[in-house]
Amino acid sequence: MSEAQAFAGEANAVSRDVATVEARELAPADGVAGAAKAQAPHEARAIFSGKLLPYLLLLPQFAISLVFFYWPAAQALWQSFLVQDAFGLSTEFVWFENYAELFQRPDYYHAIGVTFLFSGFVAFLSLSLALLFATMADRQIKAARLYRTLLVWPYAVAPAVASVLFIFMFQPGLGLFARALQRSGIDWNPILDGTQALILVVIAAVWKQISYNFLFFLAGLQAIPKSVIEAAAIDGAKPWRRFWTVVFPLLSPTTFFLIVVNITYAFFDTLGIIDTATGGGPNKATETLVYKVFQDGRLGADLGGSAAQSVILMVIVIALTAIQFRYVERRVHY
Amino acid sequence: MKFAHRAVLAAGLLMAMTLPSGAVTEIQWWHAMTGPNNDVVVKLAEDFNKSQSEYKVVPAYKGSYADTLNAGIAAYRAGNAPHIIQVFEVGTATMMAAKGAIKPVFQLMKEAGEPFDPASYLPAITGYYSTSKGEMLSFPFNSSSMVMWVNRDALRKAGLDADHPPKTWPEVFEAAKKLHATSPTCGFSSGWITWAMIEQFSAWHNVPIGTKANGLDGFDTVLEFNTPLEEKLLQNLVDLQKDKTFDYSGRTNTGEGRFTSGECPLFMTSSAFYPNVKANAKFDFTSVPMPYFPDVNDAPQNSIIGGASLWVMGGKSADEYKGVAKFFTFLSDTDRQANLHQVSGYLPITKAAYEKTKASGFYEKNPILEVPLLELTHKPPTENSRGLRFGNMVQMRDVWAEEIEAALSGQKPVKAALDAAVERGNQILRQFERTAGR
Repeated sequence: MSEAQAFAGEANAVSRDVATVEARELAPADGVAGAAKAQAPHEARAIFSGKLLPYLLLLPQFAISLVFFYWPAAQALWQSFLVQDAFGLSTEFVWFENYAELFQRPDYYHAIGVTFLFSGFVAFLSLSLALLFATMADRQIKAARLYRTLLVWPYAVAPAVASVLFIFMFQPGLGLFARALQRSGIDWNPILDGTQALILVVIAAVWKQISYNFLFFLAGLQAIPKSVIEAAAIDGAKPWRRFWTVVFPLLSPTTFFLIVVNITYAFFDTLGIIDTATGGGPNKATETLVYKVFQDGRLGADLGGSAAQSVILMVIVIALTAIQFRYVERRVHY
Repeated sequence: MKFAHRAVLAAGLLMAMTLPSGAVTEIQWWHAMTGPNNDVVVKLAEDFNKSQSEYKVVPAYKGSYADTLNAGIAAYRAGNAPHIIQVFEVGTATMMAAKGAIKPVFQLMKEAGEPFDPASYLPAITGYYSTSKGEMLSFPFNSSSMVMWVNRDALRKAGLDADHPPKTWPEVFEAAKKLHATSPTCGFSSGWITWAMIEQFSAWHNVPIGTKANGLDGFDTVLEFNTPLEEKLLQNLVDLQKDKTFDYSGRTNTGEGRFTSGECPLFMTSSAFYPNVKANAKFDFTSVPMPYFPDVNDAPQNSIIGGASLWVMGGKSADEYKGVAKFFTFLSDTDRQANLHQVSGYLPITKAAYEKTKASGFYEKNPILEVPLLELTHKPPTENSRGLRFGNMVQMRDVWAEEIEAALSGQKPVKAALDAAVERGNQILRQFERTAGR
């Protein structure tokens, strides 16, 4: 959901830029705009008469947000104040009782801890590996296109399928990797060992996300003017230094966008992977907040408690994103 | 398949148009069966539709058991529930508590005037889906029980008697230690850890899981399985887990492949595992009843079932209910039940079907199919072995499994894990009691 929003947000930003650029270029040739220019000589702007059209153009986006984002969110908020049976036969309004109960449960704090650990690892690993691959693929090498295409493929795999693939590879007794690990003396048993289970879902989630990050990093790298890098090279900067002082700062808008997207990915979209690979177990070692929402609501039929959790989750992600925009974005060079 | 479906539908519509009596009453049946089991469902519906012209049963696959139940709940909330919905055994309390949303089967049959004798059904199966007074709430569809699968080749290799597999828990532990020498990663194991080690274990030893006849007599039931007996079993498993003489295989049946691959020579899981074993095991195999502790007086008592039953949703017309009732009568037919049992491996639900299969000499050739029936009918069910009915059972099983996992991985002592399982389970029960039965 938020990924889509962020996506749409960026698309909007891009199209806005394009619109301004176009307006500026077109302005001198256009008579009306020319007149406008005469009135306000410092700035060329396209001016729409009437307010109906812009609102009309805004309507589809607004309607979609309303129906698919705000309405369900409002429903969740309302549901979180209720205690209700699965069939909706008996309903009791309980104010903040669902929330209060949640914060009394140690397993909820545990889930918060797991979520931050998991999301941190997933975002960090998938971003750094994707950046590494993108820098490699950005060089002048043979069959670069082929590598690029192959690196994008995993993104087309559904989360549950990705998870099944990893189960096949890492299930004790069945999986190829599991057998190799066991043969080399490691007691690989993610169905009983919580740390190993967490490693397993982190690897699956990272693998799934690398392609997406790779695409954006590659596009970002290709947008960096070669002249800048060449200039640095002439000044005597070695590749390592060129990367950190020239390429990486110029890549920061992409990196920032990806950090936001990846954290939301790790928070929400990894549900399918966790559900198929570990089911939140063993002993809650891989139970993230979103998995707990799913578990309590769908399997436990505790709609009120589940709704309260999703409201809290929503607040956490909004806060995280706000922090990122407030503090991290300052260091971004556009 | 879909096309054939439409063709049948079109034919039905045509017939309905030409018939002077009016429209055919459609009966929606939502289920969770895949593969060969789905074929069974489709075939049953087709046979029923051919057998008469007034009603038409339309089966629809709705995903896993949990998906099907959720689809049913969502449809009910939206006001267009199906007539029949297949619900897994652990969803029983949820369905039963939804008083206005369901139509109890005994009431349905009475109102529709269909011949219905509760005594003709196997009590070990219908008991799970009945009130404590014996009133049948839902109609058993696919039932199984838990058995221990045995790799006889592995037993021979370890110098054990393949014709007399271990019967008691001490014998299983001893055998597993010997098997461990030849299969170092798994002496024995089990699928459905809580079903095996808590639910079936309690019934088989005639000890309660919770008060009020395991919840059958009321939602104010309290869990009480943190007993020395349960602790003894779990302590043994924890000790044997250390060197993988026992090796944990997860909460559901995903570890079953460890038996067919030959990794685990002894494996406790559902009797419905049979078709899979038959197709994939490349060794001499058999199944035997679950082990028990011989120092417990009543053991072995009788096992309980797993599987799913058909629930009838509320708020439908009398005519539609009549059709549903006729369909249930059709399903209860002795020949049909006997045939279904022999072909699919599901347990028969009527005594007559069981007797008929027995008389035909079927079990002499297929003894494995009789093992769960012998377990279920070993002794008349008691308060502790009729079944169990705890609210939010799906979540409950996860909670229990989490604590067992904590004990097996050495994070908690056994006693502490059992106490926590009971305490957390009771919290779930109280929460359920609050919304249910009002």
